[in-house]
Amino acid sequence: MSESVVLELRGLRKTFGEHEVLRGIDLTVHRHEVICVIGASGSGKSTLLKTVNLLEGIDDGEILLQGTDIADPRTDVDATRARIGVVFQQFNLFPHMRVLDNVTLASRRVHGIARAEAEATARRLLDRIGLGDFAGAYPDRLSGGQQQRVAVVRAIATSPELLLLDEVTSALDPQLVGEVLDLVRELKEQGATILMTTHEMSFARNVADRIVFLHQGEVVEQGAPADVLDRPQHPALVEFLSRVHA
Amino acid sequence: MSVVSTLVVIAVVWLGVVNTPGWAAVQQSFFDPQTAIDTFPAVLLGLWLNIRILFFSAIGVAVLGTLLAVVRGLRNPVFFPLRMLATAYTDLFRGLPLIIVLYLVGFGIPGLGIFPRQPPEVWGTIAIVLTYSSYVAEVLRAGMEAVHPSQRLAARSLGLSHAGTLRLVVLPQAIRKVTPALMNDFVSMQKDVGLVSILGAVDAVRSAQIAQAETYNFTPYLVAGLLFVVISLPLIRVTDAIARRQQRREQIGGTV
Repeated sequence: MSESVVLELRGLRKTFGEHEVLRGIDLTVHRHEVICVIGASGSGKSTLLKTVNLLEGIDDGEILLQGTDIADPRTDVDATRARIGVVFQQFNLFPHMRVLDNVTLASRRVHGIARAEAEATARRLLDRIGLGDFAGAYPDRLSGGQQQRVAVVRAIATSPELLLLDEVTSALDPQLVGEVLDLVRELKEQGATILMTTHEMSFARNVADRIVFLHQGEVVEQGAPADVLDRPQHPALVEFLSRVHA
Repeated sequence: MSVVSTLVVIAVVWLGVVNTPGWAAVQQSFFDPQTAIDTFPAVLLGLWLNIRILFFSAIGVAVLGTLLAVVRGLRNPVFFPLRMLATAYTDLFRGLPLIIVLYLVGFGIPGLGIFPRQPPEVWGTIAIVLTYSSYVAEVLRAGMEAVHPSQRLAARSLGLSHAGTLRLVVLPQAIRKVTPALMNDFVSMQKDVGLVSILGAVDAVRSAQIAQAETYNFTPYLVAGLLFVVISLPLIRVTDAIARRQQRREQIGGTV
């Protein structure tokens, strides 16, 4: 079991000034597992993902990526981030680069893969999401859903060990949400390991292997989707779900 | 309609100037065609020096200006002394008149006697680089600050280093954002290279001065001035075009 653990968080704490955002998070992510973190805004979901990618430092705890504590100050931060793919709410494509260059940037500049090889991989991925024709276009020519799909492809182009998706559909028009979620579902079928935050409860129910409910910086409940969503135990989760479903 | 109004304005100004009491004398000493033709080759030769100075200054300014902008943008407290130095530098050289920098560098530094003798145009180039780097650094810094922080975040999350993020993501976007301002500084520098003449470098202005001393006629200055305008015109037009294009792109959805 333990060798299938990709990510393990132990006693993660993070404070912003007086406010303790993460209050001792313990969480394990296994290979090929899709975990949806749910919770109200301000519950610490986004901060949690940022700390895993070392975009936020932590005050206490351990972040074990394949068994190595990456929260250790001696960690090579850049090399660690290169092993993790991230997709943000706001896509954050580089507007001055063509779609193809967005996708190949990390391969070429971080992983040292030759341009021809990186571009072949990128084109294959873009073709698969039906955006092969946009390889030479700049991101502002694409719809929000298309941009977000390119952002996902950019994150997986270097075959990361772990994929972090932070509210990837929250900035999209409702009719564009589906195309991005379909892509995430497809990644799961191909065996990706995904830790994501989302507000899409039906997606979480259908796709997640496990749902984690975060409340005031703590994991108060986690388990199979049916258990968490249909038989909530903690009053905060009951209340959260009643508001989400309403 | 615009053609007619333009012609009318030109005619009025022309008649006004031509009918001033001293026009004949001014025409003789500033607009003498024969003097213009005679001194044109020497002035043009001098302009070639200005163009070379401009070429090397532009490279120097690009390098030093970018360096200063990057240093001023460093956030790690460890770099505080460096950042402070860069800030002091830009404050100092944006305030100092170029002509004083020229004197200090052109006459002061050779006076130290520690550098091998250099022609005055070399010192002039250095003075221009020192001054204009401070302006360009400020423009670039503004551009870098205008790049949304989420762009850095995205770049770092891919595993790019701080330097790689700057070079591949932040600076290219920053430069695009401030292109009109940078071009404007370049046009301004293009004419300020004429000031190296005060150090004795025989550029277009100095050549005109020499010709003026020989002919007792100011027309050579006019020739030099016109030549400066001619070399700056293409860039001014390009700057306008770029600014217009950017405006169009940013104002999609209509202007008020």
